[in-house]
Amino acid sequence: MISLQQVSKHFGKLSVLSEVNFNLEKGNSYALVGPNGSGKTTLIKSILGMVIPSLGKILVDGEDIKDHWRYREKIGYMPQIGRYPENMRIGQLFDMMKNIRGNTANTDEELIRAFNLHKIVDKRMHTLSGGTRQKVSAALAFLFHAPILILDEPTAGLDPVSVEILKEKIIQEKNAGKLFMISSHILSDLDELSSHIIYLFEGKVAYHDTIENLKEQTQESRLGKAMASFIKEKAFTHAIPD
Amino acid sequence: MPRIIKYIFYDILRTRFILLYTVFLFVCTFALYQLDSDTGKVIMSLMNVVLMAIPLVSIVFTTIHFYNSYEFIELMLAQPVNRKTIYLSEYLSVGLSLCFAYCIGIGLPIVFYGLAPGSLTLLFTGLMLTLVFVSLAFLASVLTRDKAKAIGLALLFWFYFSLIFDGLLLWIIYTFGDYPLEKVTVALVAFNPIDLARIMMLLQLDISALMGYTGAFFQDFFGSHIGIVFSAGVLLLWILVPLILATKIFLKKDL
Repeated sequence: MISLQQVSKHFGKLSVLSEVNFNLEKGNSYALVGPNGSGKTTLIKSILGMVIPSLGKILVDGEDIKDHWRYREKIGYMPQIGRYPENMRIGQLFDMMKNIRGNTANTDEELIRAFNLHKIVDKRMHTLSGGTRQKVSAALAFLFHAPILILDEPTAGLDPVSVEILKEKIIQEKNAGKLFMISSHILSDLDELSSHIIYLFEGKVAYHDTIENLKEQTQESRLGKAMASFIKEKAFTHAIPD
Repeated sequence: MPRIIKYIFYDILRTRFILLYTVFLFVCTFALYQLDSDTGKVIMSLMNVVLMAIPLVSIVFTTIHFYNSYEFIELMLAQPVNRKTIYLSEYLSVGLSLCFAYCIGIGLPIVFYGLAPGSLTLLFTGLMLTLVFVSLAFLASVLTRDKAKAIGLALLFWFYFSLIFDGLLLWIIYTFGDYPLEKVTVALVAFNPIDLARIMMLLQLDISALMGYTGAFFQDFFGSHIGIVFSAGVLLLWILVPLILATKIFLKKDL
């Protein structure tokens, strides 16, 4: 459904993504991991068309996204830091998004209820705590039954109860056949939520396979341990000059 | 597009700045009419207000508004909405609300006290200048990511066009006074929208004493009517060129 072909991005001299290639298939859930500044958010923003790649092509459903915008109907996006018009009330924000999407009837309001957002519709966005903002972002991402969901650090800042609600929702939608791309640093979460792993290092895809294969290769049962031993092994091989 | 414009309008009205601006213009105009019974003179005084205040308010308000609606723009960019639509909606909403404030604040009293020669030109040039400086503000806003820098740039535009440019023009005329500069000056005036607006007003009011060197030559060169059409055309370019340039940059910008 999403295919990146030789995507590179540089800001001035700084190269953030270099020649990223991969295909994401429907029904799978991809974990996007990598150290801080490895290009995860830039990659996500490129798929959304917010960052324009310097080179390469991005296809969504076989269509080049360059200069297109209609494909974003298929994407639900939860940003890392949700920034919203500060003077708007929660209810107004949801109404506005429905209005802009031209979809007021067929919406998925499960998360709004699960997070109890419907009880605070009159609160203005600037009064919300970081966690509540995250809840709003999550509810917005799932609101339109989008077949592709891109979540940038979805569980960061949420309380344990809300994390469980969100995880349950993700698993439920994943089983319904939606494509997920989740970036996170919390590997135990990703272990439950995703089937594949994409490890980004200095703007390059250093590893892309199923989580099962990674665990088998490294002989570990948990994703966290498996990643750690994979990274150590990599660092070790990199340290030896050819 | 109308849906997005609706939300931006709502946001602009919330800040109440537009309301204050309208009241300010309204009070100014009424006060000037109270001070003088000669409508021609009032129009002249109003012209000075329009030439200084309108560009300043337009450019500063627009720049601040643009940065304040960054969150909204970011939010919209993740939705199935065309980038160009978002940008032009921002332009239309800001431009129209400032024009609306101008029409109410200055237009209403003018019509109330009776139209004098030049009052329609005053209205027209004011609206054109508003849009020109909104365009320049949009250009300043896409050129830098930093709000303070953009406001600085916007103020620089204003200083340049209302003060520095005239100084440069005078300097050129004095320095190269031995050469026939008439055509050059006419060409140079086209590079300053405020000067164009001033000349347009003065051509209409036919006050040759106040027109100065360029104005007098302008009239001589074009005649009143073609002069007005020419300056209106160039003002239109001043609206379109920065806007098109800013839109081009915005479409390629990473957010």
